[in-house]
Amino acid sequence: MSANPFKDKASPHSASAPPSAADYWADSLFRKLAMTCAGLIIALLAYILLEIGSQAMPAISEYGIGFVGGTTWDGSRDEFGVLPEIWGTLYSSILALIIGGIMGVTIAIFLTQEFLSQKVATVFRLIVELLAAIPSVVYGLWGIYVLIPMLRPVAGWLHTHFDFIPLFSTDLSGPGLAPAALVLAIMILPTVAAISVDALKRIPYKVKEAAYGMGTTRWEAILKVMLPTASSGILAALVLGFGRALGETMALAMLIGNSNQINLSLFAPANTLASLLASSFPEAGDLEIRALMYAAIVLLLLTFVVNVMGLAIQQYTMRKFEGKK
Amino acid sequence: MGRFKPVAVISAVMAVLSLAACGDSAQTGESRPPAPVSAETVVGAGATFPEPLYQRWIKEFAPGEPAPVRYYGVGSGEGVTRFIAGTVDFGASDAAMTDRELQQVTAGTVMVPATAGMVVLAYNLPQVTGPLRLPRDVYVDIFLGKLTEWNDPRIVQANPDLSLPRKTIQVVTRRDGSGTTYAFTNHLTEISAAWRQGPGTGKKVDFPGGAITAAGNTGVAQMIKISEGAIGYVEYGFARRLDLPVVALQNRAGAYVEPSPETGSAAIDAATGTMPENLRLFLPDPEGKDSYPIVSMSWLLLYERYTDSEKLALLRHWVNQGLSSRGQQLARELGYIPLPDSIVQKAMDAVAKIQ
Repeated sequence: MSANPFKDKASPHSASAPPSAADYWADSLFRKLAMTCAGLIIALLAYILLEIGSQAMPAISEYGIGFVGGTTWDGSRDEFGVLPEIWGTLYSSILALIIGGIMGVTIAIFLTQEFLSQKVATVFRLIVELLAAIPSVVYGLWGIYVLIPMLRPVAGWLHTHFDFIPLFSTDLSGPGLAPAALVLAIMILPTVAAISVDALKRIPYKVKEAAYGMGTTRWEAILKVMLPTASSGILAALVLGFGRALGETMALAMLIGNSNQINLSLFAPANTLASLLASSFPEAGDLEIRALMYAAIVLLLLTFVVNVMGLAIQQYTMRKFEGKK
Repeated sequence: MGRFKPVAVISAVMAVLSLAACGDSAQTGESRPPAPVSAETVVGAGATFPEPLYQRWIKEFAPGEPAPVRYYGVGSGEGVTRFIAGTVDFGASDAAMTDRELQQVTAGTVMVPATAGMVVLAYNLPQVTGPLRLPRDVYVDIFLGKLTEWNDPRIVQANPDLSLPRKTIQVVTRRDGSGTTYAFTNHLTEISAAWRQGPGTGKKVDFPGGAITAAGNTGVAQMIKISEGAIGYVEYGFARRLDLPVVALQNRAGAYVEPSPETGSAAIDAATGTMPENLRLFLPDPEGKDSYPIVSMSWLLLYERYTDSEKLALLRHWVNQGLSSRGQQLARELGYIPLPDSIVQKAMDAVAKIQ
């Protein structure tokens, strides 16, 4: 009688053994744990919204939608509006996204498309990711003591020769939009670069081989095949980076100048929602605190809208370039 | 999602910032009384500007461990609020209390002028050497946001010897409620109709134009220090500590006067004759050829009646010592303007009436 060939495969120690009662139990426990955690995250978000919302209610009923369009923030007269802060938040973040996005994607291409040897690329990537470990306070100090003095002569030259262009209508005295946007760009760079690298690496090697096989040059392969194929991942990187830029507080509170104005000039001081929140709380009176809560909701909604838009664009490109439904 | 960090971090960082840049250890950070008033100690809170002086007075005139008199620099606005609420034994403010505020104090209020200070316009123009002079209408227009470049003909005209660069004028102002802002805007309201109809006077004012805002005298001085082309208002002592150049302002008599203990005293002296009964004297635009134009007194806020006689004796002793020639001498050493004898006498009379 020959031995049952499946016998020892079915032993309780083998990976192919039928699940034991403990396995079932652990599985259902893990499932419940995961469900609870996921549920808690949603509950937490709802709770934060509810709590801030209820705190902000007096200000919401007092100022209504005019709050979003108002341009004064005056605690002594109880007049509050956040249009300059919305403007400053979007302006600085979009500038940061343009600069940081281009730099990040370029770095990702540089690291993944065989411009460097594998070892050097790994080291390079590590260094870029280390940028994310620098605390934002340090970025702020660096901005004040290094970046601003460096930018000042450039800004002065642009202002002297091109001041008919609204972008250069003032020069840079100290804190302002340009140093803030540049520091933001560096801060979102590691996020954008790391996720874009992953997106490009995920493309199967045969895609590139096929492109070369059809006779493309290296740059045709990168621009017409690799980038579109990785586009959904790169877009996700950009959306994450933009989200980070919108909410960044500390470095901006130190660098943007907290100035309540809407000015097209790149070198004028401005303000952002997060910076307004952080810097106004210690001195705020009762109604001002309500107004700040309202401003927090505006920031939350802004971030939410940006994320949803990012997702929508991502879905679109997935359908267009990757053939997924 | 937002990356909100505790507000405390910001003030801590700003403190570090000022340390890093200049070794300046002045703090405007808020410190709260730890517990309600106990029987043996007198607790006061209020303006941050005279805090170094009051702490010095406590060290000199009410020594002890723990000190029988305690003072917390929480800002003029908060000081008045706590005084009205009765959570402190005395308050302090750079802006004397208004009639409406006085009515809310059931125990009655005695306002005692304790010291005085100057609000100076500090600026940062590395290329400019020599004192910058600004006529009255010009510095009003700078803070109204109407003058935007340093080489504006009106500034050049007042400073024929200086070569002023073509740079944007960056105004720096206070973000928090402040007696300094009150004294400064009170002066601007007095000398300019456009200011009166526009921003007006207040502890917290919405400045027109694209002003940078910073918290506390330290914050403003720090911001001016790092911003080329900046101009802003701070108390004299803070500008001196950070070694910032200050503007010689045109006073009522038309003379350009640089801030100094002498010109500040001249301004206060010129006003002694007009001291009202309740000692609430504002000097929005002092007379005299040598007077520095923006001065402000700082008041201690006392109740008319105290129930605890021990506390009263302690407080009265401390305030009288502060007003004495020794106390006023300490004020001069710390960069404040000592009060002239006639005002000191009136202040001591007021303290004597407290029961």
